[in-house]
Amino acid sequence: MSALEIKNRDELFTPEIRAEIDHEIAKYPEGESQSASMAALRIIQDANGGWLTQERMDEVAAYLDLPSIAIYEVATFYSMYEHKPVGRNKLCVCTNISCMINNSDQIVEHLNSKLGIKFGEVTEDGRYSLKEVECLGACGGAPMMQVGHKYYENLTPEKLDSILDELE
Amino acid sequence: MANEVIFKNRDLDNLWDIEQYRSRGGYEVLTKILTEKTPPAEIIDGLKTSGLRGRGGAGFPTGLKWSFINRDAPTDKYLVCNSDEGEPGTFKDRDILRYNPHALVEGMLIASYVIDAHYAYNYIRGEFWEPYERFQNAIDQARAAGFVGKNILGSGFDCELNVHLGGGAYVCGEETALLESIEGKKGQPRYKPPFPAHVGLYGCPTVINNTETLSSVPTILREGAEQFRDIGVENSGGSKLFSISGHVRNPGVFELPMGTPFSELFELAGGMRDGSKLKAVIPGGSSSPVIPGNLMMDLTMDYDTIAKAGSMLGSGAVIVMDESTCMVKILDRMGYFYHEESCGQCTPCREGTGWLYRIVHRIENGQGRPEDIDLLMDVQNRIRGKTICALGDAAAMPVAGMLRYYQDEFQYHIDHKKCMVGAGV
Repeated sequence: MSALEIKNRDELFTPEIRAEIDHEIAKYPEGESQSASMAALRIIQDANGGWLTQERMDEVAAYLDLPSIAIYEVATFYSMYEHKPVGRNKLCVCTNISCMINNSDQIVEHLNSKLGIKFGEVTEDGRYSLKEVECLGACGGAPMMQVGHKYYENLTPEKLDSILDELE
Repeated sequence: MANEVIFKNRDLDNLWDIEQYRSRGGYEVLTKILTEKTPPAEIIDGLKTSGLRGRGGAGFPTGLKWSFINRDAPTDKYLVCNSDEGEPGTFKDRDILRYNPHALVEGMLIASYVIDAHYAYNYIRGEFWEPYERFQNAIDQARAAGFVGKNILGSGFDCELNVHLGGGAYVCGEETALLESIEGKKGQPRYKPPFPAHVGLYGCPTVINNTETLSSVPTILREGAEQFRDIGVENSGGSKLFSISGHVRNPGVFELPMGTPFSELFELAGGMRDGSKLKAVIPGGSSSPVIPGNLMMDLTMDYDTIAKAGSMLGSGAVIVMDESTCMVKILDRMGYFYHEESCGQCTPCREGTGWLYRIVHRIENGQGRPEDIDLLMDVQNRIRGKTICALGDAAAMPVAGMLRYYQDEFQYHIDHKKCMVGAGV
């Protein structure tokens, strides 16, 4: 789904999505459903094209019976929640020490020039966006990046080219 | 393999499968404990004897930590595993989750039994999706085999084991921030005391241990506390996972006895890449002060030796840097990291990390001022020991470490507006 096709509440909170959130709530003791706020935001963000709007956050708050501010706090504190549209493929590139000394600069430059975007930007066709991230705990495979659920390690410009081609 | 604990059975294919794990004695200790109803104090004594210390970085004795829980308290108790691996340079817990998840499941269940917790959570950083799936599969398998849930193995002991995924915040590796995060809040650390053993998750007594710590427990109890202790050295029992990265030929995770000479670890990692020369080593994650390579070559990898050298063993994350590395640039990047990750709660950390970053950044970019080195020392001093959690110290300590050994590089940057390393001085 592209960023421009905003679903309404009922379209988004399908029975499947509700079941997924309810499954998260059930992990915690009775009366502690706030614990599911992070998971609920993740599930809704994924269903919403990879980012959150204020409406979406309000809906999550209502679903969990929490004041909206409790959800805004969480959604703005953690770096994996997005508040602007992202590409279908969000390229999260680590530039922390181990990656940096293994030439992550070269990886970033290659992405900048190949995609014509910088960190925080989305390509015009909505296919890719770029994000700088902190250590992702895969320093043995530096330089690395994450796209979706997958880690790509020991990156080189050539390797990047074939990865980019594979990502729809 | 004689000295391995976590990855003792690495030779097995698909060790993450419960049948494979059980083929080498997996879940035997848990079964024995639950069927014989081993007194919890006996298990705690065993861990104390083993010398196992927290593998997340702080090195607190595990048996002692478990002994702080009053299991007869009339409230619920909780067991929490910290798989929020985020200390730059550390990538060992990811391998445990991927390759030996049942050791962690079994360790978490044993810990839960000892403290009488009926809910156990593994907090896995949100980016670790594939390791999370592997671990969740291990929980599902363990549940199907009767090790998780109600009345485990007919013992009357109930324990639910679940994963809580993080959302991207370094500070959540701090135990009380992690508890806030499980409660579905911003990850801002709590004041201590009260310690989590008294007031933890949902206000109840809680034990929080690192992934590697808990994963070591089944083997320690199966093969004997003394055997584990004797793998290591005085005050640093057992084996340890070392993550080694940077300019080495074969970066990776190596499980070695505590007290192994750094030179051996370095050799296992293939030594320097492309014939370059060793310059410096960060021995225990980016928060641990840097040590020059020539000094490091004479040190052993254990808590006391690295502490005596003015740094920390931390999480065992070793970052190796060659002679082409500019230490100003390293500190610039670290400063950015801590500033970015400060939760903002304590003024000395929130503001101080910004000061540290901006000063180092201007030195790196040829705009350093003559007073900047003194200013850096002053600012790091004003952060240390003045914040609720250790993130402030973690940001400050590398600054002092860099200036202790590499002040000349900073001075050169300030005086010449360029890098000493690139200038070939």
